[in-house]
Amino acid sequence: MLKFILRRLGVMLLTAFALTFVVFYLTNLAPNLEKLARSEGSVRMTEEAVTAWIEQNGHSGPVLMRYGQWLGVVPGWTFTDEKGVTRGRCIAQDGDAALAPRYCGVLQGNWGYSTVFKQPVGPALLEKLGATGWLMLWVMIVMVPVSLILGVLSGMREGSAMDRTLSTFAIVSTATPEYVSGVVLVALFATATTGLSPLLIDMGLLEPKKTLFLASSTSAMDNITFWNFTLPVMTIALYGIGYIARMTRASMTEVMTQQYIRTARLKGVNFRSVVMKHALRNALIAPFTVIMLQFPWLLNGVVITETLFNYKGFGWTLVTAASNNDIQLLLGCSVVAVLVVLVTQLISDIGYVYLNPRIRIS
Amino acid sequence: MEPLTWTGSLSLLNPVLAALAALLVLAILARIALSFFATEPAVVVNPDGTATAPNGLWSLSVTAGKWLFLSLVGVLVLYIVGGVVTPLGSGGIFGAAAKKFLPVWIALVVLFAVSLRFKRRLGLYGKLFDSTIGMIGFGLVMFWVFTAIFADMIVMHDPLGQISQLKNKAPGVALPDGSGWYIFGGDHLGRDVFSRMIKGSQVVIQIAPLATLFAFMVGITLGLPAGYYGGKLDSGLSFLANLILAFPVILLFYLLVTPEIVTTGLPQFMAVALFIFPLVFLTILLNSRYYVQPQRRNLMVAAVLGIGGWLYLSLISTPGTAVSFFPAAIDLFDVPPNILIVFVSVVFVNSPTVFRIVRGLTLDIKTRDYVSAAQTRGERPWYIMLWEILPNARGPLIVDFCLRIGYTTILLGTLGFFGLGLSPESPDWGTTINAGRRLLTIAPHPAIVPAVALMSLVLGLNLLADGLREESLRD
Repeated sequence: MLKFILRRLGVMLLTAFALTFVVFYLTNLAPNLEKLARSEGSVRMTEEAVTAWIEQNGHSGPVLMRYGQWLGVVPGWTFTDEKGVTRGRCIAQDGDAALAPRYCGVLQGNWGYSTVFKQPVGPALLEKLGATGWLMLWVMIVMVPVSLILGVLSGMREGSAMDRTLSTFAIVSTATPEYVSGVVLVALFATATTGLSPLLIDMGLLEPKKTLFLASSTSAMDNITFWNFTLPVMTIALYGIGYIARMTRASMTEVMTQQYIRTARLKGVNFRSVVMKHALRNALIAPFTVIMLQFPWLLNGVVITETLFNYKGFGWTLVTAASNNDIQLLLGCSVVAVLVVLVTQLISDIGYVYLNPRIRIS
Repeated sequence: MEPLTWTGSLSLLNPVLAALAALLVLAILARIALSFFATEPAVVVNPDGTATAPNGLWSLSVTAGKWLFLSLVGVLVLYIVGGVVTPLGSGGIFGAAAKKFLPVWIALVVLFAVSLRFKRRLGLYGKLFDSTIGMIGFGLVMFWVFTAIFADMIVMHDPLGQISQLKNKAPGVALPDGSGWYIFGGDHLGRDVFSRMIKGSQVVIQIAPLATLFAFMVGITLGLPAGYYGGKLDSGLSFLANLILAFPVILLFYLLVTPEIVTTGLPQFMAVALFIFPLVFLTILLNSRYYVQPQRRNLMVAAVLGIGGWLYLSLISTPGTAVSFFPAAIDLFDVPPNILIVFVSVVFVNSPTVFRIVRGLTLDIKTRDYVSAAQTRGERPWYIMLWEILPNARGPLIVDFCLRIGYTTILLGTLGFFGLGLSPESPDWGTTINAGRRLLTIAPHPAIVPAVALMSLVLGLNLLADGLREESLRD
């Protein structure tokens, strides 16, 4: 088991380095740096001035060395101008060059400086991650129980009316990407002109000009309420519910055909305890890995949903960084994204082995 | 002119539709409730060979559900027929839409009639018509395919034409000069939402299946040897596939599709690498089959390499970009660079998943006896992979192909939603949703219409895949 975990960890680290290098390479291509120089310096810079700016700000030299600097295994760049002032990656603004550390990269906790937010990437990212954490927490609270119940209910009697109805619902929800369900949900619940809100206003259940839910979740950054947070949570959860429910159903129907279930039924155990005591535990192994592997998809959903509902979390930050050419912030975002994906893969692998007694004991 | 109402003179059908729908929902709910109490009674086979379904509340709800569903479909058909026969406008918005879709209805009816007539001779495709789910899915998919084909006959206005008085106007609004209507309303620039949706289907129907096909070529060409040989090749390719899969899709899109990256020509170099796979696949496929008949083999391989190579070079070479070496005189066609980039990134994202599926199937199938038999009689590896293993993996691959077209449609929508790749003028559904979402609380229809269109296409593909899976498992 230990050897297995160590090997998985090794592959994971290798993957993380490879991926961060790819992102670093792509974000530090010459046209990106040129754009950065023009946005940081001035738009009307000459070609020579741009080249000089790139050199003076440590963006020249072999890409592997720059990646090393960013990572913190190669000494940070320094540049002394004609006035004798030394600037560098590791030297704080008007700090003393002599006192600065030699290495300062991600490994030392220095994630660089965001040009969009005008603050260091580390704290900015941490704050946004916190916001997304709340979103994910509520999504999980809604999504996991609902999808497991739906899956178990439709899987315990394959082909029944319940199964057909729930399966249809699951197919519809997996066919609805977040940007579609978000738009439909807003139109149904959050506009004063269409959907449910005008009906409720007519019936006197809602104050005029108000809507059932809020279409923008910006206010949820400070204060999460049912009113401003339901729609984004539902948007993300809907897509996942269908998928997890289908997986749970498949796993449940497979378990229900096993010999020991038939034995239990023939012994005279009633259907309810067969499902609850014999089938459920074995049927939930597969959905566990599915839920874990669902995280990368959720990440996608988070980016779309946060953009749609203007909730300033991690996904919104990623889009902002990418569309504003904020190289350091984008690098930070991709490290987080890649780590989330890899860690959940690791947990799902280990969890699968741990939960499945047949593998655990051999 | 008066603005159109939703159903116009067909509104006498509305109460019938509402009543039927309510009854159907009741019947389904009753069936679910009953399934908790009553056990499902099996059909009783009488001694004379006939079968009778026992009566009771349960079978009543089943029968009621079936007939209510059929009559609901019948009423919907009535709406369409009513819309087609009444003059444009008198049937309301639905009637007008049904009338404009006339070529699609005719094509669908012909297709279904022919397929149902000959379904016993059509193999897996014919079996699809045994499952209701599969038929509904196939119908939805073909609806959009025919819409894309007949788009120029269906559109009512220029999808780019702007009429400033009709900005954000509700569905059914009449044109200021009285010559017609915007049946699904106007968008934020005063363009016709209906015509844009129709034109948008062309973008999806052109790109999604083709991109999925390319991804399958890449996945199959790499997945078969990885599964068959195993070892270092497998570990290397699997590591690469996992690497791409660990990338969040949206980050990848942002990295590949931004204008700065495009100027470096990186997506085009990826196109050069990815688009060669269909060529390689076809060459190996024919070579391994006709290896023992050199003359025939030479002819076929030369034809594939000649025609395929020409198409390949025409496809990747676009004047004025990083990859332009092919003389314009013999360059067959130029794909607009932004479409090419969208295409490449979608293929790139899909290939690793296909690779994993093919590899898994190969690992499973290579232990079968017929593979050992082929090995024993001395067939070469590529023959075994392409002509023994691949045909036997076709069931799951066809199902996944349908699902993956749906997923590609979603990806294309995502690209449009973030304004990546396709031009902001483009009528494709993702871009239109992105444009409409900013004014969602004031005028939801410009975003809702393409959103529902996209959903119905993906739903159709999912249902089709479900039907195919059911029917192929029955064998």
